[in-house]
Parts: sequence; structure tokens; C-alpha cells
Amino acid sequence: MNPWPFVTAAYALTIGVTVALLLGAWIGMRRAEAAADEIKRR
Amino acid sequence: MHAFANPARFLRFAMPATKWLLAIGGVLTIAGMISGLTLSPPDYLQGETVRILYIHVPSAWLGMAGWIGIAGASLSQIVWRHPLAAIAGRASALPGATFAFLTLATGSIWGRPAWGTWWEWDGRLTSMLILFFLYLGYIALASADRERGGDGRIAAIFGLIGAVNLPIIHYSVLWWRTLHQGQSITLTGSSIAPALLWPLPLTVIGFTGLFAAVVLMLMRKELAHAKVEARLRRTARP
Repeated sequence: MNPWPFVTAAYALTIGVTVALLLGAWIGMRRAEAAADEIKRR
Repeated sequence: MHAFANPARFLRFAMPATKWLLAIGGVLTIAGMISGLTLSPPDYLQGETVRILYIHVPSAWLGMAGWIGIAGASLSQIVWRHPLAAIAGRASALPGATFAFLTLATGSIWGRPAWGTWWEWDGRLTSMLILFFLYLGYIALASADRERGGDGRIAAIFGLIGAVNLPIIHYSVLWWRTLHQGQSITLTGSSIAPALLWPLPLTVIGFTGLFAAVVLMLMRKELAHAKVEARLRRTARP
């Protein structure tokens, strides 16, 4: 059995899910902090 | 921990810490994965599939670490009434669930060429699946409690009770000797050859840094939401 499709799938899944988690947390934080700054300025 | 009870003081620490954790975690994770894929040798028995080790082990550690964080935050909330504890608990749940899912997924992908099966109702695999479901339960409970304006105590109690599963996961390979291998890495040493082992600390520390960065970002998001809600409540008053 060729092992590389399994290795590639495991790494691709881990990288994809981790990047999605990081991006989701970053965008959510930036939007929430921008809204807090905006309401403070009003 | 009470030094960070004040959200303003916490944010003074969290803002630079988020950037440092992202930078250091990112560099170490990429270095560890490249080393694990290209520089370490194949295993004499498993061949190239052993390279899944460098992402599976950090995922398993962080899947469990997330619940250690929830249990610590729950204890802090119930016993010491730390004002940020409920937020820290909720912020640990999503990354914890994500890494528990990655543990199950990468383990399943590794299991097919190594064991000849995608899944087996073995003690380690089953207790890790239970941990994933506990995360889903905690997330649902915590968000429902927050929407109703609760103080988060129900989720905190659930977080403490769920911690019972952690020693079960850890000792499952000793209690039920089925398909999953025994402990290869303990506090006293490792049975893995040093030539194969060295990229593992890079990915373990790297992914831990990224995990901590996500927790801080989710905490900052909740604090910002709380600020907006408090301001809107004040302005809505007649």
C-alpha cells in the first residue's frame, strides 16, 4: 500500500483545519474589537 | 491568576502575547512539519506512515489540554469566582474540540495503512471520541447558558465532571490492551528512536503556541462583545 496518500491527507487536513481555526478566531476578534472601538468613539 | 482579574490588565498582557504566540507557534509548527516530512527517516516497521506522528501527537495533547483548561477555568470560577474564568473556559472549548477532531481524523487515516482499519472500538479511540462529544456538549451548554444571561455555573460543573474522562484516555492503553499502541513517551523517557523523535517537540510546542493564541483571540473577542453590550445597555437606559 502506497503510504503517501495517507500522509498527504493527514497533513492537508491538519493544516487546513488549523488555518481555518486561526483565521476564524483572528477575524472574529478584529471585528469585535473594531465594533468596541467604534462604539467607544461615538 | 487574580493579577489578570481586571480585563484591562488582562488585555495589556493578551495583546502582545497573541502576536508572539502566533509568530513563535507558526515558525515552530512549520519547521517541525517540514522536518518530519523530509529530514527524519522512515520507520523500519511502519515506513513513511510514521510521519503522521508529528501531527497526531500534538493534536492528541491539545485535545486533552483544552479540557484541562476548561476544568481549571471551571474550578477557578466555582471556587475563587475569577471574573475571566467563564470566558477562558468557553474560549478553550472550540480549539480543544478542533484538536480532538484532528486526533480522531489523523488517527483514523494512520490506522488504515498501519492496522488495516479506519476505526476500532478500542479503549483509546473510544475515550477520545467521548472527549470530542463532551466538547460539543460543553459548547452547546455554555452558549445556551450565556444566551439566557446565566452565570456559567452549569457549564463549569459540566467542565469539572467531564475531566473524569482525561485519566481514562491517558490510562486506556494500559487498562485495555487492544489495537492502539502503549505509551511511547513518558515523563521518564521515550521508546522512539532519537532520529525519529527530534521533530516532535517542534510541532508539539508550535501547535501549543497556536492553540494558546486562539484561546487569547477568542477571549479578546468575548471581552470586546461584553464591552459593546454594556455600552448599548447604558445608552438604552431612559
